[in-house]
Amino acid sequence: MAEPLLDVQHLSVTFGGPSLAVDDISFYLNAGETLGVVGESGSGKSVTAFSILRLLQPPGRIMSGRVRFQGRDLLTLTETEMREVRGAGISLIFQEPMTALNPVMRVGDQIAEALVVHGKATWSDAIASAVELLDAVRVPDAPRRVHDYPHQFSGGMRQRVMIAIALACRPPLVIADEPTTALDVTIQAQVLDLLRELKARYNLAMLLITHDFGVIAEMADRVAVMFKGKLVEQGPVRDVLRHPANEYTRSLLAAVPGAQ
Amino acid sequence: MATGSPPLVEVRHLVKHFVRKQGLFAAPSIVKAVDGVSFTINGGEMFGLVGESGSGKSTTGRCILRLIEPTSGEVRFRGENVLDFSTARMRLARRDMQIVFQDPVSSLNPRMRVGDIVEEPLVIHSLGSKAERRARVVELFQLVGLESGYVARYPHEFSGGQRQRIGIARALALNPAFIIADEAVSALDVSIQAQVVRLLLDLKERLRLTCLFIAHDLRLVEHICTRVAVMYMGRIVELGETRALFSHPTHPYTRALLSAIPVLDPDAPRQRLELDPSSFERDAPLKEVGAQHWAAV
Repeated sequence: MAEPLLDVQHLSVTFGGPSLAVDDISFYLNAGETLGVVGESGSGKSVTAFSILRLLQPPGRIMSGRVRFQGRDLLTLTETEMREVRGAGISLIFQEPMTALNPVMRVGDQIAEALVVHGKATWSDAIASAVELLDAVRVPDAPRRVHDYPHQFSGGMRQRVMIAIALACRPPLVIADEPTTALDVTIQAQVLDLLRELKARYNLAMLLITHDFGVIAEMADRVAVMFKGKLVEQGPVRDVLRHPANEYTRSLLAAVPGAQ
Repeated sequence: MATGSPPLVEVRHLVKHFVRKQGLFAAPSIVKAVDGVSFTINGGEMFGLVGESGSGKSTTGRCILRLIEPTSGEVRFRGENVLDFSTARMRLARRDMQIVFQDPVSSLNPRMRVGDIVEEPLVIHSLGSKAERRARVVELFQLVGLESGYVARYPHEFSGGQRQRIGIARALALNPAFIIADEAVSALDVSIQAQVVRLLLDLKERLRLTCLFIAHDLRLVEHICTRVAVMYMGRIVELGETRALFSHPTHPYTRALLSAIPVLDPDAPRQRLELDPSSFERDAPLKEVGAQHWAAV
């Protein structure tokens, strides 16, 4: 089998405290595959995502490990090379679309910016692509909405804009950090359907970070369970959900309302 | 909860309209946050009020306690309309009607010791001597599963689940008969959520509380409530015994909402139902669609 798209080996991250935020975790992700990372607050799942993209803020620091992506170790790249990977190779969808979008910039310009920054298009071409992308994420009336500002969009529509930005440069890997947590359940269902559709259309690999086992069951091929910085269990989603081997996974599943 | 005895809480045609100024010259618009809501809660019941953001469920809860003044309608508590009460009478009535809020960070004063936070309702209502109040605080801490040695600490020294326990202890200080839990466990991690829910169910039994459980999480509501009302755009679109409502959802919105919940089984058939707003009449009255089950269809 070929080398996986993303291969994280023995990653450890510290924030200077007595225990590690991420403690010697290893996992991989193949092209087109969805790996769900599940855990509660403070388990280290978001820190893992930020470490892969080298977006950790001090005092957060990667202590050791390797993050191979498309055959290169991201931890050894220069900042300039890394900037190329972010967005074009791996992009990130955040939980909070309101804080992640620039409130004083038209959404079309924010999508186009991703293309221009990576030298994929001129501004005028990029704006045309922005319309296509908004259309692809099913924002109704895309040619008109590209000129709107984020506050003119609902929560679900804003998350679609975020997804359009993340997909602008056609990255092979998207990291989605609680992409639907702030949304109502009916809107969440629509965004999950959209992500599934886009994944199939663009053969996207996805690292899906969530606290919701229901979302994992709907979206993931494999699942990794994190607890206090450690990866306590990983495997195919059916195996883990039906026959959890780890004590913590079992307790987490049992705590889901109506799981019994 | 014998049939025939009057319900503890009776909400009739509750309306709350907010006036929203559009600008200097534009006419103000009216947001019908709660638009003719009626339901009853029997003594000892855990009644669920569910809906998505903006459905009016929290506004309904607040109107019941008059934390927001309703535009019109009736809220009968033990048969008396609390909306007719004077300010002084209302303050007295609130001894019996308390609320636990969603956000345990913003609902606890960060500069007060948690013991004082829990004691405050007793001070406001001038109940007991200093020593008696202190003893009551210790008792309340034990009741909600917190060590009584923690009374001198500040809210930031506690985890989210512990803070929510403090909020519950404060709500219980005056021995209320009725508690509104407004998304009281929504901000918590799932394992902590399970603990706090267990605590609420346990307290409800031990203290014979009646509870209005406001939530957006249908799985949770299905799990703990005896009856449920589903709100959509300021109105109750469906109401019934939990089992009947979840097994035979009748209103198009309830169906869409239930079909949107992610299920734990990766192989379960998924049939998302999109809500078609033209498939129902917004103003339709609730109609009996089964035993103890009503829908606005």
